Amino acid sequence: MATHGIRDKVAIVGMGCTPFREHWDKSAEDLLVDAAHAALASAGMRLPDVDAYWLGTMGSGYSGQLLSRALKIDYKPVTRVENFCASGSESFRNACYAVASGAIDVAMATGVEKLKDSGYSGLVRADIPGDGTTVPLTAPAAFGMLAPAYMKAHGLDEATLKDVLTRIAWKNHYNGARNELAQFRSEVPMDVIRNSPRVAGMLGIHDCSGVSDGSAAAIIVRAEDAHRYTDKPIYVKALSMVAGPGDGPMDPGFDFTTIKEVRRSAEAAYREAQVADPRAEFALAEVHDCFTPTELLLMEDLGFSARGTGWRDVMGGVFDLAGELPVNPDGGLKSFGHPIGASGLRMLYECWLQLRQEAPAERQIASITRGERKLGLTQNLGGRPGDCVSFVSVVGSEPSM
Amino acid sequence: MTAIPDVGVTGYGVHLPLWRLDRAQIRKALGSGGGKGTRAVASYDEDSTSMGVEAARRALAGASDPRSLVFATATPAYTDKTNATAVHAALGLERGVSAYDFTGAARSGAGALSAAADSAAAGRPSLAVLSDIRTGLPGSAEERDGGDAAAAVLFGTGDAVLARLAGRGSASAEFLERWRPQGEQSSRLWEERFAEGIYKELADEAVDAALKDAGLDRAAIDRVAVAGLHRRAVKSVTRALGKDATVVDDLAGVIGATGTAQPGVLLASALDEAGPDETVLLLVLGDGADAFVFRTTDALAAWREQRPYAPVAEQAAEGAEVTYQTFLTWRGFLRREPPRRPDPDRPAAPPSARNGHWKYGLTGSRCEECGTRHLPAIRVCRQCHSVDRMAREQVSDLTATVATFQADLLTYSLNPPLTAAVLDFDGGGRAVLEVTDADVAQLAIGDRLEMTFRRLYTTGDGIHNYFWKARPARSADAPYQAKSRTAEAGTEHARTAGEEN
Repeated sequence: MATHGIRDKVAIVGMGCTPFREHWDKSAEDLLVDAAHAALASAGMRLPDVDAYWLGTMGSGYSGQLLSRALKIDYKPVTRVENFCASGSESFRNACYAVASGAIDVAMATGVEKLKDSGYSGLVRADIPGDGTTVPLTAPAAFGMLAPAYMKAHGLDEATLKDVLTRIAWKNHYNGARNELAQFRSEVPMDVIRNSPRVAGMLGIHDCSGVSDGSAAAIIVRAEDAHRYTDKPIYVKALSMVAGPGDGPMDPGFDFTTIKEVRRSAEAAYREAQVADPRAEFALAEVHDCFTPTELLLMEDLGFSARGTGWRDVMGGVFDLAGELPVNPDGGLKSFGHPIGASGLRMLYECWLQLRQEAPAERQIASITRGERKLGLTQNLGGRPGDCVSFVSVVGSEPSM
Repeated sequence: MTAIPDVGVTGYGVHLPLWRLDRAQIRKALGSGGGKGTRAVASYDEDSTSMGVEAARRALAGASDPRSLVFATATPAYTDKTNATAVHAALGLERGVSAYDFTGAARSGAGALSAAADSAAAGRPSLAVLSDIRTGLPGSAEERDGGDAAAAVLFGTGDAVLARLAGRGSASAEFLERWRPQGEQSSRLWEERFAEGIYKELADEAVDAALKDAGLDRAAIDRVAVAGLHRRAVKSVTRALGKDATVVDDLAGVIGATGTAQPGVLLASALDEAGPDETVLLLVLGDGADAFVFRTTDALAAWREQRPYAPVAEQAAEGAEVTYQTFLTWRGFLRREPPRRPDPDRPAAPPSARNGHWKYGLTGSRCEECGTRHLPAIRVCRQCHSVDRMAREQVSDLTATVATFQADLLTYSLNPPLTAAVLDFDGGGRAVLEVTDADVAQLAIGDRLEMTFRRLYTTGDGIHNYFWKARPARSADAPYQAKSRTAEAGTEHARTAGEEN
């Protein structure tokens, strides 16, 4: 038995994304209406043109009815999916497979999260009844565990690593400052980032992604139908989702300097998309920078940097907007914000804009403008290091020969 | 007469919390009260039950399990629900071992010792666990003079006896000296001078009865230890009895008067220092008087040589200072602003019962096919994927190495920041646990930590969430542990039992 990809079988023909904000005046339903109708408009479609819907959300509503009630969908299938912070990617993946199967012609993938109504700091989720033995670590502390492990493994001192993490946050704010939809739209000086109040270990508040509300949507059709809706479809080259066995907290062999789930999902996606040299082939990578140490590790786990050298590449500007491989040119989770269920589709939205050369001029990627690179990557992670799900997609502006 | 002549102490252990409050701090903060010396302070994550577990683990090191367990405290974590069952579970005792509470008054400590001796005399070796958290309103004498501690004394018969119980005597009387209204945290006291004379009279009666029971006279007493919360009576009775005997230091200037636990702590101190063939008198004052006469045996010195824990005096000397405002916060007298985070999860009864071996006993499983250890126990081996081929393995007595760690300044904690470590256990297996009793700024990858049973927090509806944490080994214990490890090198440390998980 084997997994067969759907390389170039389906394409995105319309996308929508709301601003990611503290939307005190909008509900999850309101955000879904905004994102879904923006996607329809971009594809030149009306609601009845869509045959089936997917909805990704971690906790902003239950069942497909969150979407069908909001959009007043006329008795069509709506599937609600949840896979932690990768829920939006899961929504997209399932919609793509449904279209590729031939069962439906037009699918819409949506994602939404409404985080700011809880009144708490950071992320909160309702856990199932348990025995009270799980340490109630918040997400920054769980990902913060990567920092001492990385220092130890690669011989960095705390001051050096702090500079690396600071530069990652600074870069993402630089990009977000050039993005009208981002939650934080201004550059933040390095010393402000470095000296921000601590939340876990060496991580300050500026090492964390933004907690916000938002929604995004995509419309998917068979590749051969794509030109009916747009001149510039974005082709799906690879989709890979893995759920790890949760070995990290149990296996003494796991050293917190790599996230196996990410590596495995990247390997599968690269195989499917026939990507041999990711650093040289991708025009951009939208990755899950939930906390700054996560982005650092992802550079190595996605094959952009050799093991133990990601920090040098970060400091060398390789992943800057004007660098060799721009990472999170839209600001990432850090600056764009992280409404859980929407984030995976938000990453695709940046690929959609950049590969179609529709991104604002001040953040357009040079290798695309010059026609050198035509592939984008999204990587979306849910859970915690060593105990998570990871999604990788590869999309491109041209079908393969 | 004592029915079976060879009943006595076959093991003992004391748990003193790490923290000490300098009594001068009380006056500094309040402008009055306070005093000299320090007192022992239970940490924010300790209660009478968790401290009792720690003392019992020490008493049982290297011993076979008792047939019954009695748990005495004046400050029970629960009423209506038995606390001794949590101690029983944390020790990993078999179901057939009975477990009962003696709660309410500090005198239950003496009662528990007596009951355990009776049980041993009837052929059922028994462990008495004595534990207490003493406090009073800010500025009170109770707050100043009290101390938090636990002690456990194992009673049995035969060659293992370290100190034979030669005789007992009691004098019970009804008089109002100290009482605590239901639901209140501190006791009320009658004028101190009133009960002093009564206690002197009761002490004489109890001591005479015990000596008669033992067939000895007062001149035979080599060491005397007097316990009690009525400090004035304790002083004058000690003065009278200590004329011709060595008085056991009650360490009250360092740890305070530890209430229910004190008879056990004093007995341990006495046996820490006694030679063979000595007569030790333990007298407990509280709503009466209870006297115990012990005769030490040749086995005592050899037992002390082997145990992996420091004597009481050395434990008492190792302390870390806690500020008065932290002490008040830990005891609930100072309510601090909580983080803007949800309250911690309420442990649910069914999963807590299903996972009791892990939650209380820190027992995981080892795959019988490939030998991989899992913490907690799981059904499918993470290595070879065999299903339901597991043997239980308790890891609470093992040391673990820090793989990575993190201080969480955001999450709910009674003593922020909550610090968690990923711990690799000697002999295999990994678990993520909270770290306690440590300077987290000094924590590093590669640090070696030992396990300690704690109360993580209490929910709004009064459920205490017990589980294990990791802590640096006490420096007082370290040389004894090293010696003990050398002695038993090569032997398999982990306890295994049963095939199911």
